[in-house]
Amino acid sequence: MIGRRGLMAAGAAGVMAPRIVGAQGAAARTLRVIPQANLTSLDPVWTTAVVTRNNAFMVYDQICAQDASGAIRPQMAEGWELSDDKLAWTFTLREGLYFHDGEKVTARDCVASIQRWAKRDPFMQVLQSSVAEVAVVDDRRFRFRLHRPVPLLTEALGQTQFPCFVMPERLASTDAFQQIREAVGSGPFRFLPSEWNPGQRAVWAKHDRYVPRQEPVDGLAGGRAPRLDRVEWTIITDPATSANAMVLGEQDYWEYPLHDLLPVMRRSRDLVVEQRLLDGTYGICRFNSLHPPFNNPAIRRAVAMAVDQRDYLRAVAGNEPDGWGVCEGVFTCGTPLANEAGSEILKTRSIERARAALREAGYNNERVVLIAPGDYPQINALSMVTADILRRMGMNLELVSTDWGTLVQRRASKEPVERGGWSIIHTTSSGQALSMPVFHLFLRTNGPSAWFGWPEDAEIERLRAAWVAAEEAPERLRLAEQMNRRSMEIMHYVPLGYYWQPSAWRRNVSGVFRAPATVFWNIAKS
Amino acid sequence: MFAYVVRRVLATIPVMAVVALFVFSLLYISPGDPAAVIAGDQATPADVERIRASLGLDRPYLVRFGAWVWDILRGDLGTSIFTNLPVATMIAQRIEPTLSLMVVTLLLAISVAVPMGVVAAWKQGTLIDRAVMAFAVLGFSVPVFVVGYLLAYFFALEWDLLPVQGYTPFARGFWPWLENLILPAIALGSVYIALIARITRATMLEVLQQDYIRTAKAKGVGQSGMLFLHALKNAAVPIVTVIGIGIALLIGGAVVTESVFAIPGLGRLTVDAILRRDYPVIQGVVLLFSFVYVLVNLAIDLVYTLFDPRIRY
Repeated sequence: MIGRRGLMAAGAAGVMAPRIVGAQGAAARTLRVIPQANLTSLDPVWTTAVVTRNNAFMVYDQICAQDASGAIRPQMAEGWELSDDKLAWTFTLREGLYFHDGEKVTARDCVASIQRWAKRDPFMQVLQSSVAEVAVVDDRRFRFRLHRPVPLLTEALGQTQFPCFVMPERLASTDAFQQIREAVGSGPFRFLPSEWNPGQRAVWAKHDRYVPRQEPVDGLAGGRAPRLDRVEWTIITDPATSANAMVLGEQDYWEYPLHDLLPVMRRSRDLVVEQRLLDGTYGICRFNSLHPPFNNPAIRRAVAMAVDQRDYLRAVAGNEPDGWGVCEGVFTCGTPLANEAGSEILKTRSIERARAALREAGYNNERVVLIAPGDYPQINALSMVTADILRRMGMNLELVSTDWGTLVQRRASKEPVERGGWSIIHTTSSGQALSMPVFHLFLRTNGPSAWFGWPEDAEIERLRAAWVAAEEAPERLRLAEQMNRRSMEIMHYVPLGYYWQPSAWRRNVSGVFRAPATVFWNIAKS
Repeated sequence: MFAYVVRRVLATIPVMAVVALFVFSLLYISPGDPAAVIAGDQATPADVERIRASLGLDRPYLVRFGAWVWDILRGDLGTSIFTNLPVATMIAQRIEPTLSLMVVTLLLAISVAVPMGVVAAWKQGTLIDRAVMAFAVLGFSVPVFVVGYLLAYFFALEWDLLPVQGYTPFARGFWPWLENLILPAIALGSVYIALIARITRATMLEVLQQDYIRTAKAKGVGQSGMLFLHALKNAAVPIVTVIGIGIALLIGGAVVTESVFAIPGLGRLTVDAILRRDYPVIQGVVLLFSFVYVLVNLAIDLVYTLFDPRIRY
C-alpha cells in the first residue's frame, strides 16, 4: 500500500522515475527491523545478551545447529565421526567456507573458537572434565579426544542457548573475558561497522561468498540462504511508536511487540502477527534460601500453594488463552524431559490452604523483601502478582520497585534483608534454557555456586550428575522425573508457566520460519 | 568585552571540575553493576568478578577518578563499557539529531510565541488574549509525550502527512531532515511556546504602560512599529533570559521527545547509558551538557547588550 506521503513524494519526483524504480528495488531488498533491544556489544562470548546472540547468528556460522525438533544437524561441518571406543569425535568442515575478510575458514579457527567459548559456556564446562584435548587434524578436520565418552558433545556444540560461533583464529584467541571489537564471521550476513550507531541502528549486508547448505531450512539447521541485500535494525524504545511505524510501513519486522499492542497490530490488514520462536518464555519466582523466612522449605511450599500460574500469565500476556500455557514442572513443556512428577502442590491454587500451611510452617512475621524491576514490564508484572499473593497470605511484605540495573546488582547480595539483601526476585527464561539439566540455572542447588538465592541440596546435584552420564533416553527421563519431584519438595523456585512472544511483520515479507532464535536468512521482501 | 568573555570562559573550568567530581562521585555511590548486566544470568559470581576486573571497576575510588581526570585532561572522554567505542565518537554520532531538534524547536517557539505574546498584550482582555492564555495554560499542563502521541496519531497515522519516527541527517537534504523534526519540535515546543508567550505578554503589558510609548503614540507612530520596534525591543531582556533558561529545559524535554519519536539523540544516549550503568558515557554526556549550559548563559549575557545599550561588560 502506498500512503499519501508516498504518493506526494512520487508526484514531486515524477521526472526522476528511473531513480525511484531503482530506489524501490533497493528498498525491496532491505528488511527494516525493530529488534527487541539495543545492540551494544558484538561479542557473543563476552555477553549473553539475546540481542548480541541474534546479531551473531547473522555474522557467524556454527559447526552444527539445532533443527526445529531440537535435533542437532551439521551446519559448517560436512559431518562427524565417532570412534568405536567413543573417545574421539572427528569433525570435517564443508568446502567453500570463507570469512567476511576473504580468508578461508580452517579447522584452526574452529578449535580456537571452541576453546574461547568453552571458557564461558556452562554446558561445556560440565563436559570439560571429560575432554582431553581439541586438536587440529588438517585444514578441514579437527578432533575432540576424550577421557571418557561424552554423548552430549554435539548437543553442547549445536545448542542455541549459548551457541558456539566460529570466528577467525586471530579474534578467537582473545581472552574470553575481554570484548572483541570486530565482528568478522563466515555467516550469511556481514556486519557493517561504519553504519553502526549503538542505540540507533545496526546494519548487515549479504555475504556474497556464503554457500548455504542444500537442505531446506529447518529451525537453525538446513540452508541459511541470505535472500536480502541488507538487514537494518532501528532501535525504537517506545512500543507505541514501534506499533505506529509498523502500521505505516516505516518498518517491516518487529521482533517483540508488547502484548498490550497485539490487538492493534492484528487489526491492520498489512501486518502478520505470529509466533516465530519455537518455545515460550518461562516465568520464574526465586526465593532467597539463605535467610528467613525462605530458608524454611515449608514456607516456600506454602507460597507455591497460593500460586495460580494463570494469574501470572494473564498479567503478562493478556486474556487470550493461546497466548500462554500452564507448565507445572521444572522442565520445558513439550520437550523430552517435561514431566509433572510431584507437582501436585502447584495445583493447590488456594490462598486459604496456603495461609494455613504458612501457619503450620512456623512463619514468624519476618520481613519479606520483594524486588521488582519497574523498567522490565513482563518481570514487573510477575512480581506484582506475587506481591499480591504474599499480602493476601498475610506475610510482612516490603515491595521494592527499582530498575533492572539496580536489581541485578542487589540480587547478588547474600546479606539478610536488614542489611540490603532480598527475599524474592523474579526473572524469565527461554524454554530452551530449561529443557536440559546441564544448562538449567534455576534447577541447580550447589549452594554458594548456585544461581542467586543459593539453594543447597545434594540430591538434586547427584541426580543432575547422573543425568549427564546417562546414555539412554528412558534413563534420562526417569532421572528428570526424580529431579522434578525433589524440586517440588524443596521448592527453591516456583515455575510460573510460559507465555508466547509473537513477532509482527509486513505482508510483503516472505519466507519467515519458526526457529529457536530470531534469524533473518531465508526471508525475502517483495 | 573581549576580556569579559575570556574571564567567563576561564570561569567554566572550576565549574566543570565541580561537575566532574560530583558526577563521578554520584555514579560511584549509586547502585548498579555493569559487569552483572554484561555477564547475564548464566554467569557465575566468579565470571562477574573477572569482567569487573577487566573493566577496571574493582579499582579504588581515587584511582578510578584520577585515571578519568587524567584522560579528560588529555582530551579523552574514555571508552563505553558496553560498545567498546570511544565516548567522543558516540557523542558525535548523537549530537546532530539533538542539535537539530533543539534548533527547530527554538525557531518554532520564538517565531510563534513572541508574536502571540505581543498580540495578547496589545489586545489585553479580549477574546484573543484569553485564547492565547488558555493555550499557554494547556501548553504547560499537557505532558510532552501526550502531545507527541496525539500529533503522531493525527498527522502520521490518520492523515499520513508526516513520518511517525526516525531522523534523517541534514546531509541527505533539507526536506527529509525537516520532515522528521516537525512533529517532535511541535511536541517539545508546546511548553516552550506557552512559557515565552506568557512572559512576552507580561513584559509587554508593563512596557506598554511606559511614558515613551504614550509619546510614540502621540507622535503618530504606527501600531506595528510601536509594538515591535519600540515596545518589544525594550521588553526583550526578560524574554531572552527565559529563552536561555528554556534551553536547559529543552535538554531535559529532548529525552522524552527523542524516545517518543525514536530520534537517536543525546537524550536517549543518556537514558540508555544510565539504565545500563555505562559510566564513561554518562560522565561524558553530563560534562558536555554542563559545558553547553555554561556557554548558553554566556551567550545570553552577551545578547543583552544588543537590546539594552546601558548594559556594558
